[in-house]
This record gives sequence, C-alpha cells and structure tokens, in this order.
Amino acid sequence: MGGPLRRFRFAVPYLLLAPGLLWLTVYYVYPAVQMFIASFWSGSLSQGYTFSLSNWTNYTDAIARYEEQFVRSIVFAGLATLLTFLISFPLAYTIAFRGGRYKNLLLFLVIAPFFTSFLLRVISWRTILGDDGLFLGPLKGAGVVPEDFRLLATPLAVITGIAYNFLPFMTLPIYVSLEKIDRRLLEAGQDLYAAPFMTFRKVTFPLALPGIFAGTLLTFIPAMGDYVNAELLGQTPSTRMIGNVIQSRFLVNNDYPTAAALSFVLMAGILVAVAVYARLLGTEELTSGV
Amino acid sequence: MGSHIGVRLVDVVKRFGDVIAVDRINLDVHDGEFFSLLGPSGCGKTTTLRMIGGFEEPTSGLIELDGKDVTWLPPYRRNVNTVFQSYALFPHLSIFENVAFGLRRKKVGDAEIRRRVTEMLALVELAGFERRKPTQLSGGQAQRVALARALINRPAVLLLDEPLGALDLKLRKQMQLELKRIQQEVGITFIYVTHDQEEAMTMSDRIAVMNRGHYEQLADPETLYERPATRFVAGFLGISNLLRGTIVEKAERYAAVRLSGDAVVRLPVAAVNGTSGVEVGVRPEKIRLFGTETPAPEGFNILSGTIRDASYLGVSTQYVVETSTGGRMTVYEQNVERTLHGSLYRPGEDVQLAWSPDHSFAVAPSVAESADEE
Repeated sequence: MGGPLRRFRFAVPYLLLAPGLLWLTVYYVYPAVQMFIASFWSGSLSQGYTFSLSNWTNYTDAIARYEEQFVRSIVFAGLATLLTFLISFPLAYTIAFRGGRYKNLLLFLVIAPFFTSFLLRVISWRTILGDDGLFLGPLKGAGVVPEDFRLLATPLAVITGIAYNFLPFMTLPIYVSLEKIDRRLLEAGQDLYAAPFMTFRKVTFPLALPGIFAGTLLTFIPAMGDYVNAELLGQTPSTRMIGNVIQSRFLVNNDYPTAAALSFVLMAGILVAVAVYARLLGTEELTSGV
Repeated sequence: MGSHIGVRLVDVVKRFGDVIAVDRINLDVHDGEFFSLLGPSGCGKTTTLRMIGGFEEPTSGLIELDGKDVTWLPPYRRNVNTVFQSYALFPHLSIFENVAFGLRRKKVGDAEIRRRVTEMLALVELAGFERRKPTQLSGGQAQRVALARALINRPAVLLLDEPLGALDLKLRKQMQLELKRIQQEVGITFIYVTHDQEEAMTMSDRIAVMNRGHYEQLADPETLYERPATRFVAGFLGISNLLRGTIVEKAERYAAVRLSGDAVVRLPVAAVNGTSGVEVGVRPEKIRLFGTETPAPEGFNILSGTIRDASYLGVSTQYVVETSTGGRMTVYEQNVERTLHGSLYRPGEDVQLAWSPDHSFAVAPSVAESADEE
C-alpha cells in the first residue's frame, strides 16, 4: 500500500464491514427497534396506538394466550429437525464417502428441488400427502389403510413438510464437515484397534459435529418461525404454530402489539435454546481450531 | 531371538486394475530388526507396507505375523501399528487421548492408561503436552506423538510410512537418530518406508531396495553400497561409475575385464557370474588421481584420462574425468594433500585414475530392465 494510504490502514476492516453493517442496520436493527416499540403499544389500528412501558403486560398476555402454539412450535421444529438429521446424515455420509465421481451430481440432486419456489414445493407435498394422493391413493385402493385415514392436516404432515423443506440446510453443512475429514484418520482409527463402527463413533462422528451443529441450527431456527407448512399442510387448530399466530395477528387482526410481543418472545426463546444447545454440544471448542 | 521371523511375505502380489504395484515379493523380517523398504515413488514400497498393516488386501500371496497367517485380517485385528506419513493425529482429541486411543479400544484400565501414556510421552520427550491439541504442535512434535500413539500398544511390528518426509532437513537428521534410539530402547521390529537413501542407510539393519514392484537387492547398508548387485541399486544409492566390458580371464581371486579402448581392469571373481558381458562399477571416492609422471600403486586398476570439470565442494573436490575408454567418470577427492599445496587439478590436465580391484563390483542389469528386454 502506498505511503499516504498507509495511515488509513486501520480503517480497512471497518470499510470492509460497512456494507454488511449498513444492510443489517436498515433491514434488521431498524425494524427490530420499531417492533420492540410496537410491542409496548396499546390501542388499535383505527384509533391509533400509544406507547407506554406499562404495556409490558402485552408480553405476559401473549405468552399466556398462545402458550399452546409456542410449545407446539418447539415440538414440531424439534421433531422436524430430528427427522431432517436422521435423513440427512446417512445421505451426506454416503455422498461424502461413497459418492466417488458422482459426488457433485448427487449434491446437485439434493438442492435441485430448490430451483422451484418454496410455495410450489409445499403445495406439491400437499398433493403427495393428499387423501387420494400419490401415497395414500394406492394404499387405500389396496385396502391397506381405511378410507377415512388422513395424512394431510395432521401434525405428521406439517413435520414431514418442514423436514423436507429444510433438508439441504442440514445435508450440506454435514456433507462439508464429513468431506474434509482426512481419510487417513479413519485408517488410523482402524490401525488403533477400532472396528469400523467404533471408528465412526470415535472419529468420524465427533469430527462431523461442527457440521451437525450448523445444520441443526439452520433447520431448527427457521422451522420455529415457519408458518407456510402449518398453513398449507395443517390448517387445523391442532397444527397451528406460533408463526401462524404472528402472521394472523399482524396481517389479519392488525393486532400489532401482540404480534410484536410474540415475535420478541420467539426470538428470545430461540436465543436461549441455541445457547443451551451450544453449551451441551461443546461446539465452541469444536468449531474453533479444528 | 534375532533369527526369529517377525513378518513374512510369501509371493505377495498386488494389482490395481491393470497395474501391478507389487509383483511377487518374498520377504522375511526378523524380530527386533530395523528394516527399510527403499525406492523411488511408485516402486510399490508403500503398497507393501499397507498390505502388512491390513489397509490393502493382496491380490495373491501370504502375509504372516509371528508365524500366523494374517493375510485377510482387518487392521484392527492385527498386532501391528502404523506411523502415517502426515501423522494422522485425531484433531478433536488431546495429545493424551490421541496416545491413549489404542489402549482405550483394548479396554485397558484408566490408571494403567495414565501410567503408560505418561511413560510413552516421556520416551518421545513430550512430557507435559498431555492437554494440548494436535494443532498446537510443531511438525516434529506431531511426529513424536504419532510415534508414541503407535508404540504404546506394544505392537509386534511398527510400520512407518515416510514419517520424516514433512520435516526440514535438520530436524529430519535429529529424528533419524532418535528413531533409532527409540527402536533400540523398545526392541520392536520397525519396517520403514522411505525414498531417501541416506535416511535408510543411517537407521536400518537391512534394506530392501525396491524398483517397479520388486526388490532388486536385500542387504545391510554396507553391502548395498560396496557391492550393489544391479545397475539400479548402484545408481539409487549414491553415485557409481559403470564401465561396460567383456571378461577375458578368471584367475583365483580376480577376473580381468577388457573395456572399450583396450584397457583392462580387475575385480573380485566372486562378483562376476556366468555371462561374459559385464558392467564394472566403482564408487567415486574409491578412485585416486595421479599425475601422468607419478607411478601408480602396484596392483591397482589404472585408467588414463583428462580432467573435464573440477568442482570444489569444501570437504572434497569433485572431478569429472574423460577416460581412455571414452566414458566419463566422477571422482571425489578429499581436500587434504592437494589443497595444502594449492595444486588442485584443472580442466584439461591429464591424469591417471587408480583404484583397488577389491573396490570394483559388477552389476547386473535391473530385474525390471531384463524383464523388459525379454
């Protein structure tokens, strides 16, 4: 760097950070602050809102009123994340270790469905799970399941829908962490008397943990706030998630204070859950330095 | 104990598709021996080692460990441990757990693991490193941990796959001596793969010099250097001057060989076999240079020649001499006498080359070459 510019070297990191910070300020910080303010409003859209810290009861009211949907969101997102993991890990493992020259093709196939829109995918999932759809139609025809058996509008439909939609977000990070494992480490494991499964437990799996950690977060966090799957595959009171409540409070009922309070509760809940999870997995040590 | 066979390979062949990596190797490695497989890359040395370790299955043949057939046993059932080329330390485990890995799999008790890991880290001079992670180690330290991790299991045989390849020259020299010390201390059979002839010579009791899937000669370092059996061995270990000729006479001790240009040199009769065509070899440092007026020593092989190049190397001077046979020979002369008088030979000077017939050897064409000629 030239002489006069050298003096401004200290500014380089800030300059590099600036676009990102600006973006976050405009599209995250400002709306978040706005929402935070809205969560302390009282009144209605037609009569106008007034801000008062005494409106903190918005939070307690929201939690009390929608406790069921909060709990359901945690359960659905948790189960969906688990299901996604159970499907993704063997998939990523096979691609990473057995993919050979088809690796890139297989990875492409994992993300190929994502070239169509999110909504279309959920709607097609609806066709697949439909009462006389691809899956149940033949089963009912063969008399394996009763005529009134449904998959659609059940928790199962919502959970599998979420699992399907977040599959690549789980598969890709796990794939990356498996792919970069030095194959000689597996030989070293076997050399040191660990049979293949033991080598998997003691070497492969621990080394895949950073990818598993990233994948589960990328699945669980959006799944917690998801409302499209519950809306299109569920649509019954027993599948309503907190995302659906927030959506309808905001856009249907124009109840901005409650919606804002719910959003903040959701955010805080996820932050706490992630912190606990990171603690349990000890990933701080795993992701740094390895 | 010295003659007990630790590892035996019988007619071992390994093919990868159409490529024959190892071509019918027979090998006996004695208990407690430091044995090296030396050769250029692609000669089959690493494949041979991997078959002993159980990482590759031979296409045909038999591998025995301590008299037991282990040909088809997976690595985790063999009493053999490996020091891998890039160490392959487990990055998620501490140094302690890396070293303890094998013992944990064998369900050794905690107290004994602690005792043995401490002892082993002391042996490789890394006491106090227990809690570190592999990424916090230098190359030389990682190499010692890899060694400790393998040795702690007290294997019948330790396999080392170019373990010093990633270290710089100075550290490599130091580790060579240390490996030898540790090997003598623990008394375990080492099978060491390397392409570095000096490294193999420094440490090994015996060396198999490999080329294109076979070994061309198996002997102690001194024999390999002084009496290389094939052209390949003569060229791979150090520098050799090779002179093509025809045997004209076989006496009691020496055979006489006529070279092109009518010069006759002698070599031990034991070194020549049936054929009359032969290549006579002599190492550069065995040759002494004399001026044309000085009488050369009695009984020596003598060739006349002209200095074509002289390089002063400090310890010695390297001359390239064009001889009466028409070829060029390399001569190393220790810088003792001639430097004292400031009278190194200069290019263009005529000289006599003289060496003892006992320092001559005869080489066969390489096994692989003769196979090609068939």
